[in-house]
Order: sequence, then C-alpha cells, then structure tokens
Amino acid sequence: MDIIAYIESGILELYVAGHLSEKENQDVYDLLQQYPELLQEVIEIEIAVVKLTAVVSPHAINFDSFKGKLDFSDTKVVDLKPKKPNWISYAGWAASILLTGGLLWTLNNKNQLEENLQIVETEKQYLEIQIEDAKTNLAATKNLLDAIRDKDILAVPLGGQGDYASTYAKVYWNKNDNTIYLDAEGLPNAPEGKVWQVWSLTLNPLTPTSLGTIDDFNTDDNKIFAIANANASQAFGITLEPAGGSAYPNMEQLYTLGIVASAP
Amino acid sequence: MTDLETLVKQFQNKDQVAFEKLYDMYSKSIHGVVYNIVKDSDIADELMQDVFIKAWNKADTYSSKKGRFFTWILNIARNTAIDKTRSKTYKQSKQNLNADFFVDIIKSNDNLDASTDAIGIKKFVTNLGQKCKEVIELLYFKGFTQKEASEELQMPIGTIKTRNRSCIQQLRDIVL
Repeated sequence: MDIIAYIESGILELYVAGHLSEKENQDVYDLLQQYPELLQEVIEIEIAVVKLTAVVSPHAINFDSFKGKLDFSDTKVVDLKPKKPNWISYAGWAASILLTGGLLWTLNNKNQLEENLQIVETEKQYLEIQIEDAKTNLAATKNLLDAIRDKDILAVPLGGQGDYASTYAKVYWNKNDNTIYLDAEGLPNAPEGKVWQVWSLTLNPLTPTSLGTIDDFNTDDNKIFAIANANASQAFGITLEPAGGSAYPNMEQLYTLGIVASAP
Repeated sequence: MTDLETLVKQFQNKDQVAFEKLYDMYSKSIHGVVYNIVKDSDIADELMQDVFIKAWNKADTYSSKKGRFFTWILNIARNTAIDKTRSKTYKQSKQNLNADFFVDIIKSNDNLDASTDAIGIKKFVTNLGQKCKEVIELLYFKGFTQKEASEELQMPIGTIKTRNRSCIQQLRDIVL
C-alpha cells in the first residue's frame, strides 16, 4: 500500500472532520492500527484543528465552574429527593399505624361490651322468668290459702294406719264447689311402679269410691292437690296402688284414713 | 494503547479525573465551534456545557472504531448548536445574524491569550486564501459533508478533498 498517496488524498482530514461513512471509518481505523505513520498524521491533523477551533472561542470556562452543573444534574437530584418524603412518609406511616391500632382496640372494646351486655340481658331475662314464676307461685299459694280459709271448708285429718302410723295427710273439703284439697305433705314419695290413690268412703256398708290417682305426687312442690269430689263422703283414705290405679283399694296398703266429722 | 485511548476508556468508566482531562483538552475547541454557529457568547457557554454533559451521560456509546474521540464530541457539539439555531426562541432573538466566518471571529477576538499558537493562528487566518477559509469553515465548523461543501462552493468533490488537505497542512506548519 502506498502510504504517501493515501495521506495525500486528504481522507485523513475528512476522517478527523467526521465526514466519512461508517465503512470508511472502520477501514481508516484498521489502517491506523497497522501503520504508525498514519496514526501520527491523524494526531497532527487533530491537534491543528483543536487549536484552530479553540482560538475561535471568546473565553474559556474552567472545569470547576462546569462541574457544578454536572453535579447538579447527577448528584443533587438524587440527594434532595429522599430527604423530604422521608419525614412525611414516616409520619404518615406512624399515624396510620396508630390509627389502625386505635381502631382495632376500639372495635375489640365494643365487641367485649356487646358481649357483656348480652350476658346481662340474658341474666335479666332469666331473673324476669324467676320473678314471673315466683309471682305465679305466690298467686297459686294465695288461691290455695283463700280456698282453705273459706268458711264453708271442712278439715278432715287423715291419720297413719297400722305399719304406716307415722304418715298423715289432711283433706279440706268444700262442699259448695265439690272440691277437696288434699295436703299430702306427710306421705313419702311413691316408689317406682306405684302410685297414690285417693278414696272416698261411705261407712255402712263400707263402700270405697276412687277419687283418682296422684300421678304427679313425686314432682309436686307443695304436695297439695285439688281433686273433684261430688260424693257424700263419710271418710277419706289413701292407699298405695300399682301404677294406673285399682278398682278397689288394697287394704294392706292403706296408709292414712280419716273420718269426716258428722255432718251438721 | 496510547495515553488518549486509556483516558477515554477511564472516562467511559465514569472516571471524573479522566473526564476533567478530556474537558481541559477539548472544551475550548467545542466552545469555539458552538460559538461560531450560534454567534452568542452566553448561549455558547450553555451549549458547550450541554455538550459535555451529553458526552458524560452517553459515554458508553462511543467506540474508537467509529472515529476519534474529538470527532465524536465535535459531532455532538455541531448537532447541539444547530438544534439550538432551529429553536423558536433562538430564531426570534437572532433575526439579524451576522455572516462572520471563524476567520472574522478570530481576527476580531481581543481576548486571545498571548500564546504563540494564538498569535500564529491569527496571523495564519489573516493571510489565508478565501478558498481555504470557506472549506475549513464548512467542513470543520459547520459540519457540511464533502458533497454539501462541493455544492455550496461549486467545486468538484475531489478538489474539496485535496484543497482541504493543503489548507490544514498550512495550519499544521504554523501550530506544530
């Protein structure tokens, strides 16, 4: 290759000016790697152009005054940003965490209170039922007392018989409304499979008439039973009979018996 | 690897010291090229700094296989300055642009430092033939291609190339 002719062609001046195609640039670059005198030529052209263009500049701007501008675009933006939002976002997060905590606490409190209120409400309802029961009981007891105190009432004590001498009962008989009130407090609970049966008796001849069995004896609280009795009874007896009752009283199991005071 | 290549490599790796050296080597030239296009000292100051910021930010796009580092940054400078002259605000403020060539600027430049280069170049351009002034102006300052310069100056392409070679040769004789 004719280096001198290549240099004289003026291609290297255009290379420095930046007017060659990409392909030509690549070719020149390859040659510069091979021929040091070509590289030297390029460096000299470049120096001449750098000096010429520099003389056109009315003044220089030193790097230090320029650097500030570079720092401004590079570093400052990065530096400034995190500072401000940090404060606000930390405060914001803290506030929202506090608020959430507060809300949860309040909600929890509210649920607890509602639960307590529910318990109190249930207790109140229970107590109301108890009061109602007590009222009913009191009314029933009053009725009973009124019934027993009636001036037309006839009291018939029933004494224990034979082996059952320790038992007793009382009959309050209101002839006006054909009702007897049997106070059987002195009888034991009927054993399993047995039931108390109440009898109205006429004496001459001895004729028993069943007034019925007391099926709820064991569960009754005050052991006072109202029983209809339209008979002209001369005596009352109570026997222990098999469940369901008997047509005739089992005299072996006669617990109590009482004679009605001779009718006035 | 030459010193310049090493420096450019360091610059591409975001070495600020290397960047400062390259800035010191070329900033005045870039300022001159930009100033010759926009003809305004303040705008030229701003644009020259923009050019170096651009170079810093896209340093990784430069490759020595595509050309000289100076040529690369010279291209950025011409494009940046020409973009500026096309902007609306620039056109409004610069309606009566004087048509001074770099030669006229150098001749009227009172701030030239007392270096022998500056004095020599001033003397050089004063005696420079009209054809040389025009070719150097178009090819180096204005970024005209060989073909564009040939049309502008109504000269064959080959003549542009050889004339340019001899003009730059004269310059080299003075500054080297």
